[in-house]
Amino acid sequence: MLAMEYRGPKRVRAVQKPMPEIKHPQDAIVRVLRTCICGSDLHLYNGNVPDTRVGSTFGHEFVGEIVEVGTEVTKVKVGDRVIVPFNIACGECHFCRQGMFGNCHESNTESTAVGAIFGYSHTAGGFNGGQAEYCRVPYANVGPTILPEGMDLDDAVLLTDVVPTGYQAAEMAGIQTGDTVVVFGAGPIGIMAARCAWLFGAGRVIIIDQEDYRLEFARNYSYCEAYNFNEIGDPVVFIKKITDWLGADCVIDAVGAEAAGNALQTLTGRKLLLQAGSATALHWAINSVKKGGVVSIVGVYGPTDNLVPIGNMMNKGLTMRGNQTSVKRLLPRLIEHVQNGVLNPKGLITHRLPLEEVADGYRIFSGKMDNCIKTVLMPPTANQ
Amino acid sequence: MENHNVINTPIDPKKIKGWGIDADPKNDPTYPMRNRMNISQDPDFKHRPKSLQPEDTEVLRSIERPNVSAVFGTPEPPTGLSGLIRRFAFQFSENQYPHWLPLLLADRVNVVEGVVDDLVHGHIPNIFAEKGYKAEWKHSPQTLVLKMAAFTAVTAGTILWLSSGNKKKKPVKRSRY
Repeated sequence: MLAMEYRGPKRVRAVQKPMPEIKHPQDAIVRVLRTCICGSDLHLYNGNVPDTRVGSTFGHEFVGEIVEVGTEVTKVKVGDRVIVPFNIACGECHFCRQGMFGNCHESNTESTAVGAIFGYSHTAGGFNGGQAEYCRVPYANVGPTILPEGMDLDDAVLLTDVVPTGYQAAEMAGIQTGDTVVVFGAGPIGIMAARCAWLFGAGRVIIIDQEDYRLEFARNYSYCEAYNFNEIGDPVVFIKKITDWLGADCVIDAVGAEAAGNALQTLTGRKLLLQAGSATALHWAINSVKKGGVVSIVGVYGPTDNLVPIGNMMNKGLTMRGNQTSVKRLLPRLIEHVQNGVLNPKGLITHRLPLEEVADGYRIFSGKMDNCIKTVLMPPTANQ
Repeated sequence: MENHNVINTPIDPKKIKGWGIDADPKNDPTYPMRNRMNISQDPDFKHRPKSLQPEDTEVLRSIERPNVSAVFGTPEPPTGLSGLIRRFAFQFSENQYPHWLPLLLADRVNVVEGVVDDLVHGHIPNIFAEKGYKAEWKHSPQTLVLKMAAFTAVTAGTILWLSSGNKKKKPVKRSRY
């Protein structure tokens, strides 16, 4: 089968690989119908996530059709079309039973901080991902959710990560009616978080980025204020200034390790890997939220230490929340929002490429070329 | 004398006066989506799935857990020099740099191993295509030209510098009389 393959930092290709096999009675094999390149994939693509092995296949956002099931699979059958949440969860462990499907303890042997994620290094379980024609999906009784009747595949594929992560970012921000919410990062997740902030009753939503085309997209898609941090001076001072010098009620870091905007952070975090990625957005978030406010982190950082202003966090009495998204928990509500027209996920898609051109797709997305917001990859077998 | 402070004595929170009195789920932004459960109240907190994936390949395990998870990924088992480094890294907990830094080093070694593996199998990697430069040439040719010029300049400079250094080190041939 054709699959994307990682060869080293900024080097990927599409190659023929062996078909995935059932390894556990609750496994299923899924024929991929749509898969995306996620902003989180860029951390892998740039070589910033430890234990990203050459030969790995990325891709944690995909929908597909079940083509084979293990002996203990009862909830889905061959022929079902399914939305596959990006996290792999057993549904039975201590954490899954609390709804923390992103923290499953029975899917990742190699790290205890994070549950397993499709195609996201061995630190996240060592599973191959969905940027392929076929993918092994463990715990098929738990994760895969049957595609609702009539739902567009483009909408569905964004329900595997982008929509729930944006939604949970807003949820974790603890937005109260009328709150001012600031989102750092106008990538797909940031844009979706800004859109979802309204669903929780925000009174004002502001998004900060450095790419004008993304800010323009966010203005139109998320109905929010959008500012280029290269044009507003110090973003922390700017946010204080426009919030009666108090700071925002809630701030969402939707950037993570790849943040631009601070040369020292870029050098130590992104180039030299001396910390777990650039912590620029996190600094801005902690320093621009008001005292007693909430910082919600969905931006991905590496596992080693960061130069985080932890003293500020204590002194300001902040609540910080962060987690991988528990897609399964949120899916029913979000499917409802899509079906009722409250959310329009496929509106984020700007590029559609065949899987064979995966290297170009990564280059376009990582280089922010051609006004790219979100790329969908189409495996050759998707239209069979 | 026995030191009672070496191991903390477990405390039953229910015996603490006022425990839970201010626990207001409305203060939790994720409530009621999350059903919190205290381990001591959970009669089955050690529950594991019925079936465990057979360990038919080498799986590295964090020392912060007692066992291998019920399912795990198997596609790229540790091999070669990078595999040795990874095995070394997994002797340390995730709390320590000796766990993460060797893994980053192993990733870089693995890239070289990947190129060698390609060549051994008679495949010359198409670095230009793998880096997606075709797309960059189409959408941002100036950036690509600048990158290539910078790369060429740095490479040429390095070669010149190294070759000039070599000349100095060359022993001067002296004629003997």
